[in-house]
Amino acid sequence: MSLELTSDDLEMLNGRDGEAVSMAMRIIVRLAETVKAENLIDITGAHIDSCLYHGLSTIDFADRLVQLGAKVKVPTTLNVSSMDLLHPDLYRGDPEESEKGRQLADLYEAMGCKATWTCAPYLLEERPNFGEQIVWAESNAIVFANSVLGARTDRYGDLIDICAAITGRTPAAGLHLDENRYASCVYEVEKLPPSLLDRDEIFPLLGAFIGSTTGTQVPVINGLKANQPEHRLRALGAAAASTGSVGIFHAVGSTPEAPTLTAALGEREPLNSINVSVENLQEMRSKLTSATGTDLGTVALGTPHYSIEEFSILRSLVSGKKKHPNIDFYVSAGRDVLLELELRGWADELRSFGVSLVGDTCTYFSPILSNTSDPAMTDSGKWAYYAPNNLGVEVIYSSTSDCVASAIEGKVILDESIWTHE
Amino acid sequence: MISGPILHLEEPLSFWGGLDPATGVITDIHHPQVEVCVTGKILVMEHGRGSSSSSSVVLELIRNKAGPVAIILLEMDTHIVLGSIAAEELYGLLMPIIVVSRDILESLHTGDIVNIDPKNELVSFS
Repeated sequence: MSLELTSDDLEMLNGRDGEAVSMAMRIIVRLAETVKAENLIDITGAHIDSCLYHGLSTIDFADRLVQLGAKVKVPTTLNVSSMDLLHPDLYRGDPEESEKGRQLADLYEAMGCKATWTCAPYLLEERPNFGEQIVWAESNAIVFANSVLGARTDRYGDLIDICAAITGRTPAAGLHLDENRYASCVYEVEKLPPSLLDRDEIFPLLGAFIGSTTGTQVPVINGLKANQPEHRLRALGAAAASTGSVGIFHAVGSTPEAPTLTAALGEREPLNSINVSVENLQEMRSKLTSATGTDLGTVALGTPHYSIEEFSILRSLVSGKKKHPNIDFYVSAGRDVLLELELRGWADELRSFGVSLVGDTCTYFSPILSNTSDPAMTDSGKWAYYAPNNLGVEVIYSSTSDCVASAIEGKVILDESIWTHE
Repeated sequence: MISGPILHLEEPLSFWGGLDPATGVITDIHHPQVEVCVTGKILVMEHGRGSSSSSSVVLELIRNKAGPVAIILLEMDTHIVLGSIAAEELYGLLMPIIVVSRDILESLHTGDIVNIDPKNELVSFS
């Protein structure tokens, strides 16, 4: 079957709605032909990653659309920028790059995108409902939308995201379709000690393991306690989407398309079944830690952008304490969550511990860290995976509580007890 | 007709964070071909390692004329192909993305000169 366009699609392509819609439609149609889609579908929302500056071509592309009169057709949010747009003084990179980042931000806002500047659009007030067809770019947001919300987005990236927002259409392909959402690879965790599975820091490790072993198959995790909290599921998904190309996972009893293992598998036999061992998780732990010794310069949390739930955990850990003067302590979050922190009075409590709150961007790629010569510690599998290459910094992955304890002592402190208890 | 020497990547490469779009040099310290330059080559790899920013980096590579002349894959990678589609739309510059079978992919060795016809089909080896 070849691509079949509706008369509306054809009119958009032929310029009925202006040159920008026509250009966006040309790109969507070429993509649809490439992925052998049979038709296009309507979308109800978009999340844009193209707003991150990668060079002059990113500005050329947005500027061309704006010049041609582009306006988004569906509610559209913006992913992180290359800088903290509200606190540009935190940016330590080239001032010219920062100016370009600002210019790109203005172009996307001019097209009618909401200035959300977060990689966690699912924390915003209007999150997509189960079954909604959306176009989201940014790997952690994609995996969260598909897995935890049961909304439907393929693994989109730059350029196509804004084209879909402008036309309200996208190819019917990939994770938009039922048959591509069923699991085919089972990860059994039943044999892992329950004490391990009760710790937040295990979830990014499990995600990292799944990402590095599942390939293009859809994974389902069997054996977790039901109704896992969102922050664990999203940390798992973010890590899986970093070490691999996971766009959806299921967790039996916790994610909406996996009420049972059979349902998650679409009532088919799995192609693969993997018993996850403690050694598998320890191996991921070593993979996400490049530093040896106890030297520490930085703690970086908030990748993906911290939620109120995670700030509440952090708040209880830092309450009444102060970090060591030699350690920089950053937490990244979306501007909506940061505003909520101010309103609740939590921001002042965090600042009195010594937290620097970073908005709109993220510390794993933006030049924000003032110290990259000493190792950095994080509770994020994604940060630990990307930062060494992006920033040239050595990294230690551990729990949020180890991160706080280490920041107070001024050196790396790891609670090894969870790995030694049976 | 597009022609160039093959650069067969031993492992998939993430364009974002793995390659400098100004110079075309592989910068991923974990990649076995770190410091190798992709400019002017016909890049062969099994599949991309899809970061959502890959399309922009491919577009930027092409704008800088630092990109490969074509990319040959085993599986279509929408992130890579979009960078190529956008480069044609914005700058009129072509960088074909070609999907081949494993047999053909494995027969392409670094240094081989390959010609590609305008219909994006692999035509000859020398």
